[in-house]
Amino acid sequence: MSQRIDLDHGRFRQIIRGKIKQNLRKYISQGEMIAKKGGDKVSIPLPQVDLPRFKWGDKQQGGVGQGDGDVGDAIGGQPGQGPPGQGPAGDRPGEHMAELEVSLAELAEIMGEELSLPRIQPKGTEKIVSWKDKYTGIRTTGPESLRHFRRTYKQALRRQIAYGTYNPKDPVIIPIRDDRRYRSWKSEPLPQSNAVIIYMMDVSGSMGDEQKEIVRIESFWIDTWLRSQYHGIESRYIIHDAMAKEVDRDTFFRTRESGGTMISSAYKLCAKIIEDEYPPELWNIYPFHFSDGDNWSIDDTHTCVELMKSKILPAVNLFAYGQVESPYGSGQFIKDLTEHFGDDERVVTSDIKGKDAIMDSIKEFLGKGK
Amino acid sequence: MAGPRRFPDYLREMQETIEGHARGFGLDFFPIIYEVLDYKTMNEVAAYGGFPTRYPHWRFGMDYEQLAKGYEWGLQKIYEMVINTNPAYAYLLEGNSLVDQKIVMAHVCAHVDFFKHNYYFGKTNRKMIDGMANHAALVRRHMERHGQDVVEDFIDTCLSLENLIDPMSPYIQRQREAKPDDEADDDVPRLRAKQYMDKFINPPEYLEAQRKKKEAERKKAARRFPEEPQRDVLAFLLAHAPLQPWQRDVLEVVRDEAYYFAPQAMTKIMNEGWATYWHSKIMTERAATTAEIIDYADACSGVLATAPGRLNPYKLGVELYRHIEQRWNKGQFGKEWDECDRLDVKRDWDRRLGLGQRKIFEVRRLHNDITFLDEFFTFDFCVEQKFYSVGWNDKASTYEIQSREFAKVKEQLLRSLTNRGQPFIYVEDGNHDNKAELLLRHRHDGVDLDLGQAKDTLKALAKVWTRPVNLLTKLDGKGKLIRCDGEALSEKAAEYTS
Repeated sequence: MSQRIDLDHGRFRQIIRGKIKQNLRKYISQGEMIAKKGGDKVSIPLPQVDLPRFKWGDKQQGGVGQGDGDVGDAIGGQPGQGPPGQGPAGDRPGEHMAELEVSLAELAEIMGEELSLPRIQPKGTEKIVSWKDKYTGIRTTGPESLRHFRRTYKQALRRQIAYGTYNPKDPVIIPIRDDRRYRSWKSEPLPQSNAVIIYMMDVSGSMGDEQKEIVRIESFWIDTWLRSQYHGIESRYIIHDAMAKEVDRDTFFRTRESGGTMISSAYKLCAKIIEDEYPPELWNIYPFHFSDGDNWSIDDTHTCVELMKSKILPAVNLFAYGQVESPYGSGQFIKDLTEHFGDDERVVTSDIKGKDAIMDSIKEFLGKGK
Repeated sequence: MAGPRRFPDYLREMQETIEGHARGFGLDFFPIIYEVLDYKTMNEVAAYGGFPTRYPHWRFGMDYEQLAKGYEWGLQKIYEMVINTNPAYAYLLEGNSLVDQKIVMAHVCAHVDFFKHNYYFGKTNRKMIDGMANHAALVRRHMERHGQDVVEDFIDTCLSLENLIDPMSPYIQRQREAKPDDEADDDVPRLRAKQYMDKFINPPEYLEAQRKKKEAERKKAARRFPEEPQRDVLAFLLAHAPLQPWQRDVLEVVRDEAYYFAPQAMTKIMNEGWATYWHSKIMTERAATTAEIIDYADACSGVLATAPGRLNPYKLGVELYRHIEQRWNKGQFGKEWDECDRLDVKRDWDRRLGLGQRKIFEVRRLHNDITFLDEFFTFDFCVEQKFYSVGWNDKASTYEIQSREFAKVKEQLLRSLTNRGQPFIYVEDGNHDNKAELLLRHRHDGVDLDLGQAKDTLKALAKVWTRPVNLLTKLDGKGKLIRCDGEALSEKAAEYTS
């Protein structure tokens, strides 16, 4: 149903979007949104959009209340929530709206606009068409395994009432053949380009909590953006120190290992995953690697370069390496990569100096539209 | 929006019954037209302040979002809404129980009676539905011509200044008529002297100098503009700011609507109290059936609940009307009562005058919230109803109960209601510093302005005035002049004399 308010409401949402865009850098670097993620929506602490007025400051104002209590008793309510006293009880909402729900898709769009990220051109011309079954309705025939119990009994009840055979004192309902109802589905062709993101993170001793936080925030945004560009996206997570292993998302962000760093171990595993599961003709592949750039040895770095040249790069859309600054690391690896792949379009490196640099880094990674 | 549903017969019958009871009690109201709305439409109409059409603005969308969220989360539900027009339109929420609808109808009857008879609503436009629709059409037309963003921006600006009106102005004459300038007394006072001494006692040079001084003073006074500080800042801007015609229209719309809504803010407690008084009387004495009485009590207690530190206008209003009724029934007023200082006599004081009903009808006709409380918020009432004042405790960073002293509570109460709970701002000078700058003055009554907001508001004002604007106020006890030249803000110490 369309309402008159829709226009004004849309206008309001637009303004909010503008505000979010303005403050995106802040939200991103503080990681505020991720914490509040639930389903496909996030709640965003809303910047004040109310219009300014001449009004009294809160503190001296005070108010009047009614009821029990001694002088000096604290009044409930958080300070700063607006003065008590004069105020209608319950018939109007509070003055400030603290949070606003935004869908991730919308958020990705806002980010795309703010960073002017180009839309991604999926690799290959042919679209993989998958068929998706959607349970959309009810019909009178179907396999017994899809019988809809409630609908069936409802139908039977309806029939019995109509026939006058229903007795509330002895409520026995017996469905007959015609009462049966089945779930029905529709198969929809779903043009789909498949994509997989392979996240790799260095969890050696030199990667501290702050570094990991940066990785967490950055990968959240990359994930959000890529998801808005592809239907159905897979994520794989690899952590490594001197050894690499594949883990689930949760572990990826929580594990704290120690020990040395052999980046090649991760690249090996990455190459293997691609080889085994993601034929490059069918998949858009995005490996992202985060590390502090302190590799164990030059030899290992060579192994890495070789692996990339022979196995990884031919298969991927984009290989992204983000180097998080750490107080211990030498940060040599990013230089090595630049040296070898400086002119390769498929390789993007980014030096992430701190939380504030996350936005720029995302732009470096995704700005090419690959 | 779906068109208004047909008003169902059972509700129509209910309306007739309730209105019959209300008339029986002496309430007198405009014809009332009810519409039954689903909650979405209800929220929409509420966001528009009860009107079906308003000019396009995102703020209504924001209000709608808040209302919708509040409803979805089960925090609040709008039971009832009624607007001050003739005929009055009132809205019922679809799916409310019959008891609720009865209460709402009784409540609405009293509201409309209040609209019709209260002095402060006397000058409002009773055809405001059309008024609002006209405003909407006007603003839309300007948007089409000048662009939505431009016009909406300017509406934002005007809304920031919306509260700078003089709500009492329809009822009193602020400016004294200019004195006829006959006795343009070039007369300088002379000392009495014998004629031959006059030349020495009142030397002509001195007289001449005096005359010149007076002249200069008069000229200076005449250059003051406005001659007296002006409360209605919006009117001043309309008259003197260099606005384009469409901007003038928008500002006029905003001002007009601000004046339309002002009486509601000025009589919130009285109006809600009156409606509550009557729904309770009509329900308990006439309309509610035995089966409904528990549900009624439940709903009513929800309306009258008080949260710590908050004032519930429904509660305060209804209790005060009842208190007044009882006093006038028992004759607890007048010189004798006031001068009696024997508690036992006062406790049993009952002259059986039975004037209560007459008195509250009179009160609802003549008063607004401030005079209502000033006159009838008595010591007894304050103690009986357990009122306290609330203040900010800096150390504990929380609000706390500050006092239960009658004088303090009442002062706080009145202050929070004065000028609808907003600071007094006057136009002091439209040619400040002789540079066509605008000077506003905040009349400081013990509470500082919210500085951040004040600065942003000044920016909005500068947009309208197009020249730099200044605000004289007091912060932490020191005079301060805040200046905004359109972009940059500056502050400096200034003399603030009250």
